[in-house]
Amino acid sequence: MIIVFSLFLLTMMVVVALAVVETRNLFAAAMLTGIFSFLMAANFFVLDAADVALTEAAVGAGVATVFFLGAIALSSEHEHSASRKFGLALLAVASTAVVILLGTMEFPILGDGSAPVHQHVAPWYLEKTPELIHVPNVVTAVLASFRGYDTLGEVFVVLTAAIGVLSLLGFPRNNSEENAVNDGLSHQKILHIVGKLLIPLIILFGLYVQFHGDFGPGGGFQAGTIIAAALILYALLSGGDRARRQMPPRLLFGMACLGAFIYAGVGGTTLLLGGNLLDYSVLSHDPVHGQHLGIMLIEFGVGLAVASVMLTIYHAFAGHEHR
Amino acid sequence: MEQVIDIISWICLLGGALVVLIGGIGLVRFPDLFTRIHAASLADSGGAILVIVGCMLQAGLTLAGVKLAAILLFLLFTSPTAGYALAHSAITAKDDGLDVDIESD
Repeated sequence: MIIVFSLFLLTMMVVVALAVVETRNLFAAAMLTGIFSFLMAANFFVLDAADVALTEAAVGAGVATVFFLGAIALSSEHEHSASRKFGLALLAVASTAVVILLGTMEFPILGDGSAPVHQHVAPWYLEKTPELIHVPNVVTAVLASFRGYDTLGEVFVVLTAAIGVLSLLGFPRNNSEENAVNDGLSHQKILHIVGKLLIPLIILFGLYVQFHGDFGPGGGFQAGTIIAAALILYALLSGGDRARRQMPPRLLFGMACLGAFIYAGVGGTTLLLGGNLLDYSVLSHDPVHGQHLGIMLIEFGVGLAVASVMLTIYHAFAGHEHR
Repeated sequence: MEQVIDIISWICLLGGALVVLIGGIGLVRFPDLFTRIHAASLADSGGAILVIVGCMLQAGLTLAGVKLAAILLFLLFTSPTAGYALAHSAITAKDDGLDVDIESD
């Protein structure tokens, strides 16, 4: 049964990918990439990768689609038709595809427990997580503690994305009070009331994902995106000017930097306390308790940084046209 | 008793699948934007409610059942609102003189 479902998902992904390439309408292409991400998330879930599925659904299908739409609003809805030379490109793609297909012949069967990738470090993580870190979700233990280096790098990549967008588009300038005509969708009562009802619930769910990450799927990246989505919904409903007056983009960018600083600061503290970088065991008398404390702190830093970066990028796109 | 619940659950699941299928056919076959929104919102609300109720009957009074109930409550708010927002912005766009008719392709 699950095989049929996987085959359906993968086939749909190929169809959607071809449709993205084929369409000239960028709005349709943005929607199709959202659908592609949702199919990918379902596929991850079939493969039992719930954490990755949650991230893909929140980032790929949710916020990334909003960013695409923001970028389309700043440019044109239709792709320029350029003169296309098929021959060489087709040859390159076809030969790469043949090489990759030949490569997959040597691959172990999907889900094979004795595959080399599952025999390298994974058994060690699975065996040592209950003893050293004592959290039920091994993914969080690997992401936040064993491979804390990599995640620190990821947070700075996210921060760099915000810096890149800001250096291209600049901080959105706020309209002064009297000519702030853009009140979003607040004249539409139904949307406004339903939004008002849902935004607190979405933020509550985001906080649940944030602080439940040790026990189930979730963590700072997913939670930050969910909370950012709720606040983007607020900005859509109440108008960008009002949202920016309440959460100024400069403050948001400062919060993003603070989030990355908290993460790096935890690393620095462990160094000062005589441990290795991001070795949380030294944070408390009990190593396991220190690990819990460290993971909670860096997940908070990740959530803060991700939510602030998403909102900064959104406001940079949405506030641009009012100049 | 268990068998009765199982039968009801499968009726809900299959009925939901049927509603989604009919909605999908309508989405492609209906002549203009507003009838298509009608078909889409039918599949979105009715089909989803039936499927989730069917799943809830399968799950019983467990944590999964409670989570499904929360999802159902969320969907009951969002999907009619989404249908409304789509139709409303289509009407506004039509008043502004934009062409909202479906491109025949």
